[in-house]
Amino acid sequence: MLSTDEAIITIAAVIGGTMLTRFLPFVIFYRNRTTPLSIKYLGNVLPTAIIALLVVYSLKDTVILSGNHGFPEVISTTVTILLHVWKRNMLLSIAAGTITHMLLLQYIFSS
Amino acid sequence: MNIQKKAFYTALPHTLPILAGFLFLGISYGFFMTSKGFSPVYPIFMSILIYAGSMEFITVGLLMSSFNPAAAFLLAITVNARHLFYGISLLDKYKNTGKKKLYLIFGMCDESFVINYTVKIPSDTDKSWFMVFVTALNHLYWAVGAALGAIRGKYFQINTQGLDFILAALFIVIMLEQWLNQSDHVPAMSGLIISIICLLIFGDNFIIPAMILMVFALLMLKKYNEVRTNAVN
Repeated sequence: MLSTDEAIITIAAVIGGTMLTRFLPFVIFYRNRTTPLSIKYLGNVLPTAIIALLVVYSLKDTVILSGNHGFPEVISTTVTILLHVWKRNMLLSIAAGTITHMLLLQYIFSS
Repeated sequence: MNIQKKAFYTALPHTLPILAGFLFLGISYGFFMTSKGFSPVYPIFMSILIYAGSMEFITVGLLMSSFNPAAAFLLAITVNARHLFYGISLLDKYKNTGKKKLYLIFGMCDESFVINYTVKIPSDTDKSWFMVFVTALNHLYWAVGAALGAIRGKYFQINTQGLDFILAALFIVIMLEQWLNQSDHVPAMSGLIISIICLLIFGDNFIIPAMILMVFALLMLKKYNEVRTNAVN
């Protein structure tokens, strides 16, 4: 366990590193009043690709944490998608998918 | 109704899934850190000032090992490098937000990025205040969760197993919503395929290689399309 001073310095270093990742793009492109075209293009298409990545990332974690060969995740994801295509109501789709996942883990696939 | 109030009420419903997700994760984090013997002051300040979930869990480990701030700094950059790509995507959105821009960048996280990027803000709502409230509400949920977990962790032992799916569901619905609204599915498909391939190759650390590959793939696609258009003309 570190001393309080050492702990504060360590936390400050973590804050510094984290903030660097947040501020750097804005600092680099601060002087360019018009963002370069290729960066502008990336700004338009990259987020769609990143959102797909976040889906993979968040599902990967739940599969690993539960360890039921992914059945609860496949079922809950299907419920979320079908309900959303049908009703197009974000809160409803998210709530239904999550409750399905909780019920499956706690009652059907409980160990 | 003044512009802040209007922006707040427009922003609030978009953050509700995150309210549930962040309270749950924040409580787990606050409880985890105090269970390792730290004062509740630590998770409360760290959740507000670092505000990057996985890095906060990692920092608990750093504080329990030997003193090495340089390594902590580099580790924080590596773990949070995905923010660089969010920043590139948000350059235009955060333009002309004045002094609010500093806070928008400070409080940028996966969820705030996704909402601020994808939501079509109604024309009668102030865009910069909307984005500030999305960012600030998510920030608040995380900090309140961490504080609750740190101070009252023992009282939250209700059965929340499976609740972690909520953030996955949020990303799924947002991806689907974009898919249904866009005619060009190439960026979404390349994102999905590259992520899965990188996950299989790199395992847990797949995010950064996947993002770099996406940048290359999308830039090459742009070149290819330009060449093709020129050839047709």
